[in-house]
Amino acid sequence: MFDAATTKETTRFEGLVTVEDTGLAGMITIRGARSEIGGAMSDTVGLPVPETLRVTTDGRRSLAWMSPDELMLFCGHEEAADLAARLAEATARAHALILDMSDARTLFTLTGAEASLREVLAKLTPADMRTQAFPRGMIRRTRLAQVSGAIWWADDGSLRVMCFRSVADYVRGLLCHAAHPASWVGHFRD
Amino acid sequence: MLILTCPYCGVRADETELAPGGEAHVARHGPGASDEAFEAYLFLRANPRGLHYERWRHAHGCGKWFHAARDTVTMGVVGTYPAQVTEPPAELSRPRGS
Repeated sequence: MFDAATTKETTRFEGLVTVEDTGLAGMITIRGARSEIGGAMSDTVGLPVPETLRVTTDGRRSLAWMSPDELMLFCGHEEAADLAARLAEATARAHALILDMSDARTLFTLTGAEASLREVLAKLTPADMRTQAFPRGMIRRTRLAQVSGAIWWADDGSLRVMCFRSVADYVRGLLCHAAHPASWVGHFRD
Repeated sequence: MLILTCPYCGVRADETELAPGGEAHVARHGPGASDEAFEAYLFLRANPRGLHYERWRHAHGCGKWFHAARDTVTMGVVGTYPAQVTEPPAELSRPRGS
């Protein structure tokens, strides 16, 4: 049995922004109608159900909007299996799917000046990275070069980037390349 | 660049975040249909010059199918609407050539 790992190499790249592998995190996919499972789920997790394109967090766990009928719960890697089981039990009467998907995706943390963070991502995604289109607190599922990904603001002002673990090495290369000091554009202003 | 607003999540999605699904509101003909009707369902498309109704999927986003009304001449987008309908909403319909 292999040990769980997010990418083959430990990522830390310092350029326009700092790109780091966030490391292992518990990720639980929650699928079902908000009207049916919202209450039971919120009680079990201890977080309010996020509005469309939003993330709710208490610093320890985060609940992210993924689609009109899907949420993603981020928690400690070690508590994911137990939490998924408790969520499944709490929503057993509803038409819902709860699954521990911790091994499916990889998270990156990007830290730096907000304008630089917006610039680095704008090189990779067609999504509008301006403040009015991508304000703090928002999650945006989009395309990062050739693969799907999601980006959102963490509470501390850093940016989280999520992609499938099968393309984690590719996305790590993209992020480090886009953050290369020689690639500064200066389109976004603080 | 074609930008469509997903009616489910409200995201203004670039064409490259979407997967095209061809002409919308094609009447389905299956077992028991005449050969002509089945052929029309499988192969015949309007390909209009002007207003065109299309299916799109927000593939790199929320994953939902939706409809878009678009002008094939001007590339202007008239509007988008959910997938659970068999014909376009009245406000997105207009006489041909107008």
